[in-house]
Amino acid sequence: MQAADRDLVETWLRIDDDGAWILTGKVELGQGIHEALSMLVAEELDLPFDRVHVAPVDTAVSRDEGLTAGSRSVQETGRTLRAVAATARRALVAAAGRRLSCPVDELTVRDGRVSGRGREVAFADLARDGALATPVDPAAPTKAPGDRRLLGTSPVRRDILPRITGAPTFIGDLDLPGMLHGRVVRPPGPGARLGSMDAEALRRNPGVVSVVRDGDFLGIVAEREDTAVAALSRATRFVEWEPGPPLPSVDDPRYLLGAEAEEIVVEDRGGSEPRAVPARSLRAEYSRPHVAHGAVGPSCAIARFDADGLMVWAHSQGIFRLRHELALVLGLDESAVRVRHVEGAGCYGHNGADDVALDAALLARANPGRPVRVQWMRDDEFAWEPYGPAMLIRLTADVDANGQILDWRHELWGHGHDSRPGRAGMPADTSALLAARHLSQPFLVPRPRAPRAATSGGQRNAVPYYSVPRLRVVDHYVADAPLRVSSLRSLGAHANVFAIESFMDEIAAATGLEPLELRLRHLEDPRAREVLTTVAAMAGPAPRTEGELLRGRGLGFARYKNQAAYAAVMVDVELGTSIRVRRAWAAIDAGMVVSRSGLLNQAEGGIVQAVSWTLLEAIRTESAGIASRDWDTYPALRFPDVPEVEVRLIDRPDEPPVGAGEAFAGPTSAAIANAIANASGVRLRDLPLTRDRFVAALG
Amino acid sequence: MTAAETTLIAAVAFTVNGAAVRVSVEPETPLLYVLRNDLGLKGTRFGCGLGQCGACMVIVDGEARSSCDLAVSAVAGRAVTTIEGLARGNEIHPLQQAIVDEGAGQCGYCLSGMIMSAAALLETEPAADDERVRQALETNLCRCGVHPRVLRAIRRVVDAGRSGT
Repeated sequence: MQAADRDLVETWLRIDDDGAWILTGKVELGQGIHEALSMLVAEELDLPFDRVHVAPVDTAVSRDEGLTAGSRSVQETGRTLRAVAATARRALVAAAGRRLSCPVDELTVRDGRVSGRGREVAFADLARDGALATPVDPAAPTKAPGDRRLLGTSPVRRDILPRITGAPTFIGDLDLPGMLHGRVVRPPGPGARLGSMDAEALRRNPGVVSVVRDGDFLGIVAEREDTAVAALSRATRFVEWEPGPPLPSVDDPRYLLGAEAEEIVVEDRGGSEPRAVPARSLRAEYSRPHVAHGAVGPSCAIARFDADGLMVWAHSQGIFRLRHELALVLGLDESAVRVRHVEGAGCYGHNGADDVALDAALLARANPGRPVRVQWMRDDEFAWEPYGPAMLIRLTADVDANGQILDWRHELWGHGHDSRPGRAGMPADTSALLAARHLSQPFLVPRPRAPRAATSGGQRNAVPYYSVPRLRVVDHYVADAPLRVSSLRSLGAHANVFAIESFMDEIAAATGLEPLELRLRHLEDPRAREVLTTVAAMAGPAPRTEGELLRGRGLGFARYKNQAAYAAVMVDVELGTSIRVRRAWAAIDAGMVVSRSGLLNQAEGGIVQAVSWTLLEAIRTESAGIASRDWDTYPALRFPDVPEVEVRLIDRPDEPPVGAGEAFAGPTSAAIANAIANASGVRLRDLPLTRDRFVAALG
Repeated sequence: MTAAETTLIAAVAFTVNGAAVRVSVEPETPLLYVLRNDLGLKGTRFGCGLGQCGACMVIVDGEARSSCDLAVSAVAGRAVTTIEGLARGNEIHPLQQAIVDEGAGQCGYCLSGMIMSAAALLETEPAADDERVRQALETNLCRCGVHPRVLRAIRRVVDAGRSGT
C-alpha cells in the first residue's frame, strides 16, 4: 500500500456543484490521461463522465505525485483513484442515510444525488458537510465488470474541440497582462563560451526592453515576440563565441565500445544447468542512434517575479521537481516558487520543457513585475533538448537442432536515460537545467542516473520475455555521455526489444522455423501467446513481390517492462525507391480497458511514431555541434508514408489496467527490420533502417 | 543607426475571417505573429518558423500556406482564413466535427494546421481520394502519430459530401 492511500479522500477529490474535481499531480501530455482518470472516478461515483474533471495541476494545490512518465499514470494513480472514488461513494451514501434517516440499502445513487423514501440530497451538499473527510480505504469494493457502464467505452474526448476552434489552450497561447517576450542566444555548440559582445548594439534593436547576461547565458527581452525573434537572428553579428572542444562523433553508436563503462550483471541464471550441445550458435550486433523528442511545438514557459516570489507556467512532466530545482538555481526558498502546469505539445519524455522554465525565470528576474514568455526556436529544441541516448546491443544464442534456444546472452552498451531536474539526493552544486551550466557561477552538469533495476534506463526489457534455460544479461553502463541525454518514450526498451525481436527472426531463419512458431515455443504466458496469435490472424495473405517492388512481412512482440502491457505487431513493407511500411496490424493486452478509444489512440500513435524512428530518425553531430537542427536535417515521417494501422484490444475486465503508451516502440522497429529481411533477405541491424543502408547491405 | 536597426512601421490592410483588419507593424513581420499577438487568434500555432511543419497553416485566397515564413506585407489586400474562421455561425466546420468524432487528436498541437490544409483541399476537390489527401497534408507534421485518425476523419467528410449529407 502506498502511503498516499492512507490520506483523506478530500485530499484527492473535491465535490462541488460543478461535479467532482480530481486533485492529481499527474499532468496531461496529450496522452489522454486526464480523460482516463476521470472515467475511473466517474465509474465508481456513478457520476456522468462530463461532471468529473481534473483540477489544474499546480504546486500550490495539487498532490505531489512525482513525474508523469513511464506509463504509470493509469497503472498507479488510476488504481489509487478507484479506491478513492469507491471510498467516497460509500461515505457519501452513508452520510445520505443519516441525513435522510433512511437505511443505506434503500438508497439509490443517480447523477450525483442520493435518494430514498421520497427525499434526496446532492453529493455536493454531503461533501460540504465533510463526508469526504474520511481515510481512503484501499480495499473499498470497486464495481464488478458486469456493473460497469463507462469503463471500456469510448466517450468523446473533451479536450480536442477547444484545441481546434482557436481557444487558447496551450502554454504558448497564454497572453498575460503586460507580458514580455524573451529569446535566448545560445552558444553555437556545447562547451562554447561567450567572448566579446556588443550589448549596446543588441539593446539598440527597437522594441528590445533588456539584454540579460549572466556568464555565458545571454537573453533578449522585447515588448513584441517578433521583435525578440528578429533581435535573436541579428544577434550573431554582435556576439562572438569562443568555440568549445570539438564534439566527438556519435553518429555510429559503436563509439560506446571505446568508452569507460561499468559492468552491471542484470540477470544471470541457469548457469549451473548442464550445458546441452548446441546445433549452432548465432551472434549479432544491433544499434540505435540518439533520437530526438522533436515536439511539434517547441518548449515554452512564462515566469513572473514579484513581491510574492516566482510564479512559473510550464509544461514540465514534474512540476514539483522543477520547483525544487528552480529554487536551487535561483537561490530562492522553495516556498517562494510556484509552478503551474499548462499543456504543451506532446513531449514523449524529457525535452526542453524544464529548461525553458529556467530561461524564462532568469529573464523575468531581470524584469520584475512583468511576466516573461520564452519559446524556444526550432533550432534551440533540436540542438539543446536531451536526446534519447544511443545504444549498442550484442546478442548470442545457442540453439539445438529443433530450434529450441538453449542459451541466450544479451550485452548492451549505453548511457543513463534520466537527467531530469529535481532528482533526490543530487548535490546542491549540480543542476540538470540547461541554462544553469552557463551562468557566471555555473552549476555542474549531473551525470544521467544509473539504472537501478531491470525495468529502468537502458536495462528496460533487456531480459527477454522468452523461456530459456540459460540466460545472462550484462549492461556496460557508460556514465559519461558526450551529448545531453534523458528519457524518451520507452527508454532502453526500444533498442533492447528491437534487438531481441530481430534476433528471434534470425534464429527462426537459421533453424527453418516460422517466426511465430519460434516465439510461441518459448512463451508460456497465455496472454503473451494470445496477442501473437491475434495479430497473426488479423493479417491477411502474405504480400507478394511484384517485379522490382519487393514486399515482405515481419512480426514483433514484447511485454513492456516485462510486467505491463503485452503488445504484438505485424507489418508489411514495400522496398522500391524507398522503404515504406504499408500496413500494420497490432494486438494489445493492457488488462482492463479504461478508455477504448484512448488505448487505441496510444497504440496507433505509438506504432506510427516508431515507424518514424525506425526509418528516418537520428541525431547527427559535426565537430562544432549538432548537425540536426530542423525538419530537413532531422526528417520525420509524413502523411504520404504513414501506414494503415489496425489495432485490436484484448480486454481483461478482471485484471488491473497497466501502462500501455510505450508498449509498441520496440516491437514495431523489429517488425519492420524483420519484414525487410523477409522481403529481400537483407538483415539491417542499425537504426534507422534507411534505403542507403539497405543498398549498402545488398553490396 | 545602421540599416538593420532602422524600423519601418507600415500599415498593412487585409481581411481575416471575413473582417477587414489593419495593423501597423514592420512589413517583414511573419503573418503568424500578427495573427497570434496583434489579432489574438491563438489557434494558429508556432512550430518551426521555417515552413517545414505546418502547425501554422492558414488559407490565403483559397490556398493553404504556412504563416510563419510569410511576411505580413505579402497578404496586403488578400483574404486570410484561420482556424477561428472555419465555423459558420454556431456550426463548426465538418472537418472540426469529424476530428472530434474520430477522437483524432492526442496533444492536438498540429491539428489546426492539418484542418486548414484539408479545408483548402476539400474546397476545390471535395471528392479528393486518400492519396490526394495525404499529399495535401504532406507539410503537416504530427509527432503523436494521429495520422491514421486524421485520415479517417477527412475521409468521413469526403464520404458525407459524396452522399449529399
